[in-house]
Amino acid sequence: MTVKDVVEKFDLTVAAGQSGLDREVMDGYCGDLLSEIMGNAPAGCAWMTVQGHQNIVAVAVLREMAAIVITGGQTPDDETVQKADQEGIPILQWPDSSFSLAGRFFSAGIGNLATK
Amino acid sequence: MSPKKIVQKSLEQHLDLIAICDHNTAENAAATLREGTRQGVAVLPGMEICSKEEVHLVALFNNIEDTLKMQEYVYAHLPGKNQPEVFGHQVVADEHDQVLGENPRLLIGATQLSLLDIVEKAHHLGGICISAHVDRPSYSLIGQLGFIPEDLHLDAVEVSYRVPLEKALTEVVGISDYPCVTSSDAHFLHDIGKVWTEFVLAAPTLQEIRMALAGTEGRRILSDT
Repeated sequence: MTVKDVVEKFDLTVAAGQSGLDREVMDGYCGDLLSEIMGNAPAGCAWMTVQGHQNIVAVAVLREMAAIVITGGQTPDDETVQKADQEGIPILQWPDSSFSLAGRFFSAGIGNLATK
Repeated sequence: MSPKKIVQKSLEQHLDLIAICDHNTAENAAATLREGTRQGVAVLPGMEICSKEEVHLVALFNNIEDTLKMQEYVYAHLPGKNQPEVFGHQVVADEHDQVLGENPRLLIGATQLSLLDIVEKAHHLGGICISAHVDRPSYSLIGQLGFIPEDLHLDAVEVSYRVPLEKALTEVVGISDYPCVTSSDAHFLHDIGKVWTEFVLAAPTLQEIRMALAGTEGRRILSDT
């Protein structure tokens, strides 16, 4: 499933990084401590976080993520949008919690539990 | 901690200069400044401000007036009300240890201000901003955001008492690019003077600290404990 497919399926808003919408979403990850994400997030994941600081883009590039989803109705900072556009990392927005979106991901077969 | 006892303990610990940096408030700074003047300890007013990224920044100012302007900015972006039975009583006291009242705000919480907002406002008011306890996993710039953002114009970073500065400089990535200080982050009287930083200054003022951090005109950081 591509980022674009995920956006359409779960009715997410694209806030930045349009050019990366064809990336493949292979997994998911949740967390707000960037020091922890930097060490543990899997490649190809869609990362759900409430952080909107521009450092999230650098972390997504470092971990070769498919996309960032800013959850809980939070918004990316202006600098974050600029960086994500430059790097082609899609930033999506979801008004509800990371938990609720993660559940939808699993139901759709993203990050299959059997392979974990 | 009462203003009077903070100053007394600082004298006992041979500290020449201390800063009062309550969490998201400065309402206890003025009384401590007055008590410091009376007993002979220089006191800088400031705040430890929690950004929306949940990073703690220490902001220090030249005087109470500028500090209260910062407090006004912080209060305007600080949601929530304190629950004393959960988070404790937030007492405002004078230099005679008389309780003047209680702060009803949720001071333990995070503001809705970004790191950039806080640093810019503090600088605009003539203050300086120090990234607090960068060696810690919680509420620190590196813990929350992974690394120090390039566009954040910090005046210094602070290493906590838990790690010797030399060790922190090699282990905490990126901090050696900034002036590094260490301080006790005292939450209780017995914490005061646990660690300190020695500066070469002409006077115990914020302007002199600023020069020492920049290493200008002979002012400098002499050593950290």
